[in-house]
Amino acid sequence: MRGRGAAPDSTKGSSMKVRVHVSLKNGVLDPQGRAIHHAIEGLGFGGVKDVRAGRLFELDVDESVSDAQLDDMASKLLANMVIENYRIERVGA
Amino acid sequence: MAFRSAVITFPGSNCDRDMAVALEQVSSTAPHRVWHGDSDLPDGLDFIAVPGGFSYGDYLRSGAMAARSPIMQAVIAAAGKGVPVLGVCNGFQILTEAGLLPGALMRNAGIRFVCKEVALEVENSQSLFTSAYSAGQVIRVPVAHHDGNYFADEATLDRLEGEGRVAFRYAEICNGSARDIAGVLNEAGNVLGMMPHPERAIEAAHGSSDGRALFESAIRGLVESA
Repeated sequence: MRGRGAAPDSTKGSSMKVRVHVSLKNGVLDPQGRAIHHAIEGLGFGGVKDVRAGRLFELDVDESVSDAQLDDMASKLLANMVIENYRIERVGA
Repeated sequence: MAFRSAVITFPGSNCDRDMAVALEQVSSTAPHRVWHGDSDLPDGLDFIAVPGGFSYGDYLRSGAMAARSPIMQAVIAAAGKGVPVLGVCNGFQILTEAGLLPGALMRNAGIRFVCKEVALEVENSQSLFTSAYSAGQVIRVPVAHHDGNYFADEATLDRLEGEGRVAFRYAEICNGSARDIAGVLNEAGNVLGMMPHPERAIEAAHGSSDGRALFESAIRGLVESA
């Protein structure tokens, strides 16, 4: 019986890890970041001037997936381009 | 003439039944109920409602997953042909994520979920959805949301105001929305998104029946254009 953690099919070319960092655009107010900042100060840490909350997506993709395709995934779904920017980072296998 | 409406249900929608009851009460015809996985809408619709709730558990961003569901492709096509589309609460979030309305709904400025009845000012009383109100009229309608903080860049906000596309404005502090915007229209005027729930203010027992005129406006518009 095949378990839940069955190894992915590795016969279809090697895969690589891609990170998509999504962050709020400059000038967009970030109530969550502000609350986190407040909590950091509440823990007694000083010297933190600002906090902006974002998201990190880790994608396991075939090496054949192009930069243009990754761009499309990020701009059409992972980030809301009205309020967010994204940065794509290929981090290797 | 029967009013042919549809209410879309996504996994996690929770205002779809309220919306259906409101549409049936005001139009005397029960709406079609349409499932998110359907790729077609019933023919000849006069009105499509995208209801509130937490579609797909608010995964990724509120409304983001629903906006990419099969039925929304049909809703986008229908909106393009001029069919009136109303998005309430999560429905508003879905319509912005789908690109039918400008801007985005962000986390409330006060971080907290806001659940109360609010005063709204009717900013535009000429639209398909608001013609039964008078301009400047203050109505009371409930809100219940976490991500209702309307954001758009200054140029977009100026354009919305200049084109009379702000349908409703909060008349009291609510969620931090830019310029207190509670509801916006698309350029053609046949798509309205709003955070407050008109379908929860239909009869005296609701505490307010101020939402009723929104549905009456849409029905009256249909009769007059027929």
